[in-house]
Amino acid sequence: MDKVKPLQEVENEIIDEFSLFDDWLDKYEYLIELGKSLKDYPEDKRTDDRLVKGCQSRVWIDFDVKDGRIWFNADSDAIITKGIISLLVRIYSGRTPGEILSSDFSVVEKIGLKENLSPTRANGLVSMIAMIRGIAAENR
Amino acid sequence: MNSNDLRKLFPALGRKVYGKNLVYFDNAATSQRPQSVLDMWDNLAVNSNANIHRAVHKMADEATEAYEQARSCVRDFINADSASEIVFTSGTTASINLVASSFGERFVGEGDEILVSECEHHSDIVPWQLLCQRRKAVLKVIPVSDSGMLEIGKIPELCTPRTRIAAVTHISNVLGIVNPVEEIVRICHSKGVKVLVDGAQGIVHAKVDVRKLDCDFYAFSGHKIYAAPGTGVLYGKKELLEEMPPYMGGGEMVGTVRFSGTTYAGLPLKFEAGTQNFTGMSTLKPALELAAEMASDTELMSEMDGVKDFMYSKLQSVPGLVLFGTSGDSEGRIPLFSFCIDGVHHEDLALVLDKMGIATRSGQMCAEPLMDRFGVTGMLRISLAPYNTMEEAVYFMKSLDRAVAMLRQDKN
Repeated sequence: MDKVKPLQEVENEIIDEFSLFDDWLDKYEYLIELGKSLKDYPEDKRTDDRLVKGCQSRVWIDFDVKDGRIWFNADSDAIITKGIISLLVRIYSGRTPGEILSSDFSVVEKIGLKENLSPTRANGLVSMIAMIRGIAAENR
Repeated sequence: MNSNDLRKLFPALGRKVYGKNLVYFDNAATSQRPQSVLDMWDNLAVNSNANIHRAVHKMADEATEAYEQARSCVRDFINADSASEIVFTSGTTASINLVASSFGERFVGEGDEILVSECEHHSDIVPWQLLCQRRKAVLKVIPVSDSGMLEIGKIPELCTPRTRIAAVTHISNVLGIVNPVEEIVRICHSKGVKVLVDGAQGIVHAKVDVRKLDCDFYAFSGHKIYAAPGTGVLYGKKELLEEMPPYMGGGEMVGTVRFSGTTYAGLPLKFEAGTQNFTGMSTLKPALELAAEMASDTELMSEMDGVKDFMYSKLQSVPGLVLFGTSGDSEGRIPLFSFCIDGVHHEDLALVLDKMGIATRSGQMCAEPLMDRFGVTGMLRISLAPYNTMEEAVYFMKSLDRAVAMLRQDKN
């Protein structure tokens, strides 16, 4: 299994990457690229219990627990959303429930994602974070 | 007057978003407000802020006068018989809920039937479902054809001796097609069925004459036709409104109140319990005056038709674009278009267009049954007003091409 970089380091990487773009259209292009880096998500795991509630697009989050660490995979039918969930997977996959629960999830604000999404979209983001936190809490 | 002259009356249209000129194509959700409406709101809020109808002081008199002038203006605008048939509500949703509750209480019993159409907004579905649950009544649905037309030929068989009321939209907020409500009313009435018309979009784009339509109820919102938000109208035929029990109890709607029993005020106050949004309501007057002026301005209307025709034909030539509601020519429709594009998610599209300064609507548009009907999870909708210009339409088409190129998932 991959060696997991410290959470803070991954967050800083993401903040650095996004600081390269001034224009939000470019940031969206980059998010779309990031979305493609997600592992293939099996069709049979696009189930209602894995569906994030409160998004305009459909987002599924699946996970696996190994040796006390949670490994996430996710998918969405919208490619910008897929980019957003790929960021969360990149930050939180392979971490312990304790690490996830003690994170303030501030990276999404630091890259300006939250303020640059429409309210429904921001709600979607909030819902994605809530689901990841929920999964961590259940597997503590 | 042309669209550019009109734009000057709407301060919001001059703003920028993300450094780009705002292109406001979400008018079916809410329209922008002209300076005359903002001035009236401001003036009343500052100078005439007093509760209406009761107090005898000067400010209350001014506030009441403005409120009742708005009612009289609505009466003229839709050609109702009398101002007592104009009930003020908080919006289309409240108007429909009022009828579902009060008409339902009086006229709908166990085993009775209610008719709605497949292209209704949730606001014209859920109140009736709630009524059906309360009364053990049955909801029946007039289907929509593949091209978006209401299948009105099916109405006679759907109307049974148990059908009490049909609720249909004048113009669907998704399909943009003007439904033949006058004919629907005629068919329903021949079967003894009352008709409520959801005029949320209709009031903005069609000439509404409730006496010619002969509908029993007509519901609409002020905020979609340039007035303040939180304002709405229920037109109802007087004899029906008189037979219906009050919807909410409270101040203003009463005659005398005793613990032994209460009598109710006459129309329309019987249905206006509690302190109304009197400041907002009064803005219906300047709003409808401007709407009437716009509708009678042939230069402005022909310019808008030109923009509508341009969008209608251009959209249909975009590769992979599926437009919903395509029956007939552009004559029978309003400048509102909902569509999907192969390989592009509607939400992605709305997000990218937003960054280009264009306000659109994506998702289910509060019409999930219609989304199911067409087998989609959502659509992108653009809805234009007479203040939208050909220049904006051209910019939109260019931006759409660019957004699609960026978002198409099979582009690799």
